[in-house]
Amino acid sequence: MSQQNRDPNNIPGTIIFDGRQAMKGYALNKMCFSFNSAGNREAFLRDEDAYCARFKLTDEQRQAVKHRNVLELLEAGGNIYYLSKWAGIFGMSVQQMGAQQRGMSEEEFKSMLVRSGGH
Amino acid sequence: MARIIGGIGTSHIPAIGKAISRGLQNEPYWKPFFDGYKIVHSWLDWVRPDVAVVIYNDHGLNFFLDNMPTFAVGAADQYQNADEGWGLLVASPFPGCPELSWHIIESLIAHEFDITTCQEMLVDHAFAVPMALLWPQKDSRPVLTIPISLNTVQFPLPSPARCYKLGQAIGRAIESFNQDLRVLVVATGGLSHQLDGTRAGFINTEFDRMCLDKIVTDPISLTRYSTHDLVRYSGAQGVELLMWLVMRGALTGNVSEKHHHYHVPISNTAAGVIVLENNEPELHIAGEKCSTAEWIQNCVY
Repeated sequence: MSQQNRDPNNIPGTIIFDGRQAMKGYALNKMCFSFNSAGNREAFLRDEDAYCARFKLTDEQRQAVKHRNVLELLEAGGNIYYLSKWAGIFGMSVQQMGAQQRGMSEEEFKSMLVRSGGH
Repeated sequence: MARIIGGIGTSHIPAIGKAISRGLQNEPYWKPFFDGYKIVHSWLDWVRPDVAVVIYNDHGLNFFLDNMPTFAVGAADQYQNADEGWGLLVASPFPGCPELSWHIIESLIAHEFDITTCQEMLVDHAFAVPMALLWPQKDSRPVLTIPISLNTVQFPLPSPARCYKLGQAIGRAIESFNQDLRVLVVATGGLSHQLDGTRAGFINTEFDRMCLDKIVTDPISLTRYSTHDLVRYSGAQGVELLMWLVMRGALTGNVSEKHHHYHVPISNTAAGVIVLENNEPELHIAGEKCSTAEWIQNCVY
């Protein structure tokens, strides 16, 4: 249960997507939300710079997209649900995203999950 | 009168939808998971619900951050699934039950739950995958549906206590509907998992097993957590337990567990399913036995 002297947002390895993050990441998340449409996914692949410019991404967000780096994208205000749509463009699964964030190979990440179940 | 016959809580992991569309149910990775649903299918064949009220969370198909309702209730005669961007096959439409939707909406707002109403509502994998899991006959739609969506995207999220109370209000609404319908309440999501951050892949089997027990025997104890507590103990997306608390709140009678199954991992997630039967309670008005309908009419909220 919560302790009064503990910052509720201070959870190890976790960024709480609150109003502050939602405002910071609005342009990035709006772009990722657009990837529900196949036409928009193709437009991104055709001209990534133009597509990012259309959504007025900040420099930090543009760099994070360029780096294909999930932790940087989260730091720039991205929300994982919208980012998953962006990752889908490259066929990147949530397990590959997880592995990248943990600095592991996909196989190491999957083994870690299996061990979590006590197998 | 409508009657709530029971509740089901089930995971809604997109990978399950992919496994179903590829026919992988008997593959070694998937078999132990899908085997956990056999008893669920038998139970559903036995109780034969007419309507499923499905409590789920939209993951950015219907709602975006421009307008983010905390609670949204579908009020349409049909709900479409659609492309979510990462390759899940689009399911055929789900038939609605707008008369019961509007009854629930009117009752909720009369009892101070000022929900958003949706005459058009795309339902995402969190709705479509559980439907495919519970009723695996391809594209048959044996139940009418009412989607109720919770915000789990953007904090602040509704608290566990608030979600439980919403469930109680939904339960009272359903059981005061003047048609003989057998209603199932389905909660989707969970159990522990985390997709984002350097703690991605976090799973907490001890917490999950405690929740699987308490959701049956002592749901109030789970309402004492904060949403941040749920993130801490259950992972950033483990907050989907909120949907299970809505479902449990809606079960107004004597609740008994018929089945549960827990399997780790499916994709990044600890997968759980539970079947709860909601038996008619023995009710009294002024010491005299009465029906649920009479009791509800006599009940002062």
